[in-house]
Amino acid sequence: MKLSYGERMSSGIIYFLLALLVFVTFYPFWNSAVISFNTGSDTSLGGVTFWPRDFTLDNYDVVFQDKRLNQAFLISVLRTLSGTLLSIVMTAIFAYGMSKKELVGRKYYMIFCIIPLYFDGGLIPSYMLVRSLGLMNSFWVMVIPGLISIWNMIVFRTFFQQLPDSLEESAKIDGCGYWKTLFRIVLPISGPVVATLALFTAVAHWNDWFTATLYISNAKLLPIQTLLQQILSSNIMSEQMMQTSSAAQSHMASARTITTKSLTMATMMVATIPIILVYPFVQKYFVKGVMVGSLKE
Amino acid sequence: MKTRRLIIRQWDLQLMVVPALIFIFIFSYIPMYGILIAFKEYDIFQGFSASPWVGLDNFKEFLYADEFKTIMRNTLGISFLKLVLGFPAPIVLALLLNEVKIPFFKRVVQTISYLPHFLSWVIVSGFVVTMLSADYGSLNIALEKLNLIHEPVNWLTIPNYFWTILIATGLWKGVGFASIVYLAAISGVNPDLYEAASIDGAGRFKKIYAITLPCIMPVISIFLILAIGDLLSAGFEDILLLQSDIVRDVSDVLDTYVYRVGIRNSLFSYAAAVGLFKAIISVVLLTIANSLARRSGNSLW
Repeated sequence: MKLSYGERMSSGIIYFLLALLVFVTFYPFWNSAVISFNTGSDTSLGGVTFWPRDFTLDNYDVVFQDKRLNQAFLISVLRTLSGTLLSIVMTAIFAYGMSKKELVGRKYYMIFCIIPLYFDGGLIPSYMLVRSLGLMNSFWVMVIPGLISIWNMIVFRTFFQQLPDSLEESAKIDGCGYWKTLFRIVLPISGPVVATLALFTAVAHWNDWFTATLYISNAKLLPIQTLLQQILSSNIMSEQMMQTSSAAQSHMASARTITTKSLTMATMMVATIPIILVYPFVQKYFVKGVMVGSLKE
Repeated sequence: MKTRRLIIRQWDLQLMVVPALIFIFIFSYIPMYGILIAFKEYDIFQGFSASPWVGLDNFKEFLYADEFKTIMRNTLGISFLKLVLGFPAPIVLALLLNEVKIPFFKRVVQTISYLPHFLSWVIVSGFVVTMLSADYGSLNIALEKLNLIHEPVNWLTIPNYFWTILIATGLWKGVGFASIVYLAAISGVNPDLYEAASIDGAGRFKKIYAITLPCIMPVISIFLILAIGDLLSAGFEDILLLQSDIVRDVSDVLDTYVYRVGIRNSLFSYAAAVGLFKAIISVVLLTIANSLARRSGNSLW
């Protein structure tokens, strides 16, 4: 079909606008990466945009040698792994029970679960609760409150309900109880749902900085996002550089090529990499996630 | 008791749900009860239950506080702008994407534009700071090259620009991901309709206006209702991360105020009252929006 002049014109405009969007979305990421590979002293002269002018790996060297940053990474990895694993297993068990029609009290349990989706106490009562539970300044404050996700339960439950009855019939005949059936038969064929929910839970865990800001003051327990936020907001990096290993100090003393800003950029990149790595998988399961998300709002 | 016997007989099934229900009770229902602190004068030494009741005093204190006007202006102003600009943007993006006939190009646009949604606000605020920095920020470099400014501007410290930066950042992070729902809705439109319209000689814009938009209207109105219910949530993480004392007057909103006075200054009762004030108005807004939508047949409930 031949397009009219007007149609071709508008096509051109549409492609241009979308290309512009791609550029605007991608550029900040690219530019920050470039700065992280550029010597700090050169960056502060200005003008570094698309390509490093004075390439260096020193920024990353310092970041990888910094004890506090390494510790924060470890905390982030630990909370993401334990938080995701525990939450998915516990929520799946809960959802499987809720998916059974013979569960006595199912209707009331469901209402009990729906109410908190509409009303919640808000920041202050939750804070007071965590405090009275003695979870302040504990690693587990980043894991425990998120163990049961009502939204994920609903998604799991919907999936379990759609499984053919015959599948579990045979397990029952073989003498499997609910627990055995769930772990031996149901979960192994729930791959896509588990993957979707696990990925979204993991991303949320990795990105969460506020929980630690609220409840944790012990510097050794801060996850990377929270530490990065502190670095960004108060530029504590400069004092930190004084405390880093002697290798880093000699770097500084020799050329003063590393600046607070170049280090912050390198830290930012390292904190983003796990997200970029799982992104292709996340994207695969997106649409399902969005459906969950739209349900959520 | 018949029920009790039934429950005992299926104890292994009940064991799957009861611990989780207790968990929900602790982490969701206790805070709901805890909101009563808004009607008390919390005293650290007396604890929650022994603290004296003060009725609506905390609410009155907020309504008469010096900051009240500023906070309400910021909250309503920022969230209104977010609604007016942020709500249609993903719809427009979905409509544009739908016109793209090159699969590769479409994929690239989608992959890149969805990505920021998955980055934490800390990283995003880091990008904002980098882009807007006075000594090496790309925005200043670009504007200087274009001769629009003669010396670098420290954008984040100028109150007049704060709202613009905030809203632009929100768009940058969210527009792509928010477009997915609309894109899904558009793909559900019956292709016969477009074909019939083509035969009738309808052009691209006519088709968007006469077919696509009416067909995805139910989805649009559901999201609009939800957005109106959220009108008092002007943002939290984004504002917290981008604000500084210099721009406090234009950046403090209800949620950040609750955090600042409640957690930082330990005024639990007062902050809880502010939070409850917000929650109540939000429910009212949601109900009004829903009843308006019901007249057009697209309500939530």
